[in-house]
Amino acid sequence: MADIIKKATRESYGESLRDLAEKYENLVVLDADLAAATKTGIFKKAYPDRFFDCGIAEANMMGVAAGLAATGKIPFASTFAMFAAGRAYEIVRNSIGYPHLNVKIGATHAGISVGEDGATHQCNEDIALMRTIPGMTIINPADDVEARQAVESAINYVGPVYMRFGRLAIPVFNDKNNYKFELGKGVVLREGTDVTIIATGLMVYEALEASKTLADEGISARVVNIHTIKPLDTELVCKCACDTGVIVTVEEHSIIGGLGSAVAEAVTGCCPVPVVRIGVNDEYGCSGPAVDLLKRFGLCAENIVAKTRNAIKLK
Amino acid sequence: MDEKIKKNLMKIACKARMGVIEGTYNAKSGHPGGSLSICDLLAYLYFEKMNVDPKNPEMKDRDRLVLSKGHTAPALYSILALKGFFPEEELKTLRHIGSKLQGHPCINIDGIDMSSGSLGQGISVACGMALSAKISSENYKVYTILGDGEIEEGQVWEASMFASHYKLDNLVAVVDYNGLQIDGKLSEVCSPEPIDKKFEAFGWHVISIDGHDFDQIEKAFSEADTITGKPVAIIQKTVKGKGVSFMENQVSWHGSAPNKEQYEKAMAELNQQLKDLED
Repeated sequence: MADIIKKATRESYGESLRDLAEKYENLVVLDADLAAATKTGIFKKAYPDRFFDCGIAEANMMGVAAGLAATGKIPFASTFAMFAAGRAYEIVRNSIGYPHLNVKIGATHAGISVGEDGATHQCNEDIALMRTIPGMTIINPADDVEARQAVESAINYVGPVYMRFGRLAIPVFNDKNNYKFELGKGVVLREGTDVTIIATGLMVYEALEASKTLADEGISARVVNIHTIKPLDTELVCKCACDTGVIVTVEEHSIIGGLGSAVAEAVTGCCPVPVVRIGVNDEYGCSGPAVDLLKRFGLCAENIVAKTRNAIKLK
Repeated sequence: MDEKIKKNLMKIACKARMGVIEGTYNAKSGHPGGSLSICDLLAYLYFEKMNVDPKNPEMKDRDRLVLSKGHTAPALYSILALKGFFPEEELKTLRHIGSKLQGHPCINIDGIDMSSGSLGQGISVACGMALSAKISSENYKVYTILGDGEIEEGQVWEASMFASHYKLDNLVAVVDYNGLQIDGKLSEVCSPEPIDKKFEAFGWHVISIDGHDFDQIEKAFSEADTITGKPVAIIQKTVKGKGVSFMENQVSWHGSAPNKEQYEKAMAELNQQLKDLED
């Protein structure tokens, strides 16, 4: 599929904010001196009066977003995942989560696919952190089509939402004319009976690729895209556990606290089956080209195939 | 200030202090010291200055107040009860399981505009509210009250930079300068002084007053209304524990509740003060 279009979800984020601004007049955008990178600069160019740069001060930005939301605006507070979920965690918890304010956090540059900047900027912990906040919704879109719809869906949902976007251009595989994003609903992309591969974000495409190789080997793998990590579609996850008897989770995030943990927690309560988690192990990332890093950390179709083969043996 | 209005405010502040003692005594915990130091300020704001309506707590164009020093919620709860947002009897439920009067302010209480308590965060929220009014050309004002120890938090200065950059002249931040924080005197813990110079350096219009003098309080807020193009910081010098003799200027009363004997003594003192005002 050499001719497949690739696009970074941060681009989708910036463009959809611009495209939705006219329809949602209370939408305003905040950034912390990263507008060029988070792509909110696209919005800024079109709507300079509704864009507010907070400077390199993420804690304050989250508080400002809370104040805007408390007075009827729909603020999108944007910065890198590292600073949104990491540095500003306590402000997100106490000033946004606890009062359940209608703040949308647009966190870009999530995961190791940040690339050359290395470990300080590669946030593999944000999903884990955000999951611990009661009432927080977490969306991790898999491609451009899903990301755009997810942004509008977040606007229409009243309450705090953490949205995770990537720096790396990734394949656009959803059909923009037919795809319909439903908050909190997982998507079965491919049916299968031997194993379910549950993936999120940019790993969904890799999971699909892996399922094709597995099919050639005679393994029928179901592929599920979980774009909304919280609230998790436990009904679907539990059904997959019961139907296929083993689950493999794939995420560009620490194996501690992310999608894999969420799935394992759900499955233990409804249909205990083996859950094999693929993600970044308990370690930091490092510098390098994003695509090479993904391979090095096993976040690729090849490793999914290998781990899935072994996972089936656990049944 | 008109003497009749002043006397009325003094009575309200005195009653608010009783509410603080009542609440913390019944809770067997809480922060009376810093609550007592802001009762005069809150009495002025809620009974003279702010456009709020207890019958319509969600009124869209109401003035907002964010108690950034959220641990002094007992003072705010007292004032809101006196104003009629909820029955004064509820003050006794402070910090009890099932009570709406949480240890720190919670947004779902009538009259409370924002949850707060983790220090340094309220001023950022107040900035957001003030910016929001600017965006949609609304005329409400936003007030926030900070502790003097609280301003040791770095976020306060991020917010201060933001407020002056966006020329939030609809924002007034009051620093309750009682000179004490949990570990001791400001000057001995990790001093943020000089406070006025710091806000000036961050581009604010600064007014320094005695926070227990209603004439000075009124003058400061009237002056704040005339300032355009920059936010206003009112540094009010106060006495921690004000109004209860044995609590005044005693750091030990930052975060401990009176026992029965102390409660009775404090209430007797405040009742006498109220009686003196009514004579």
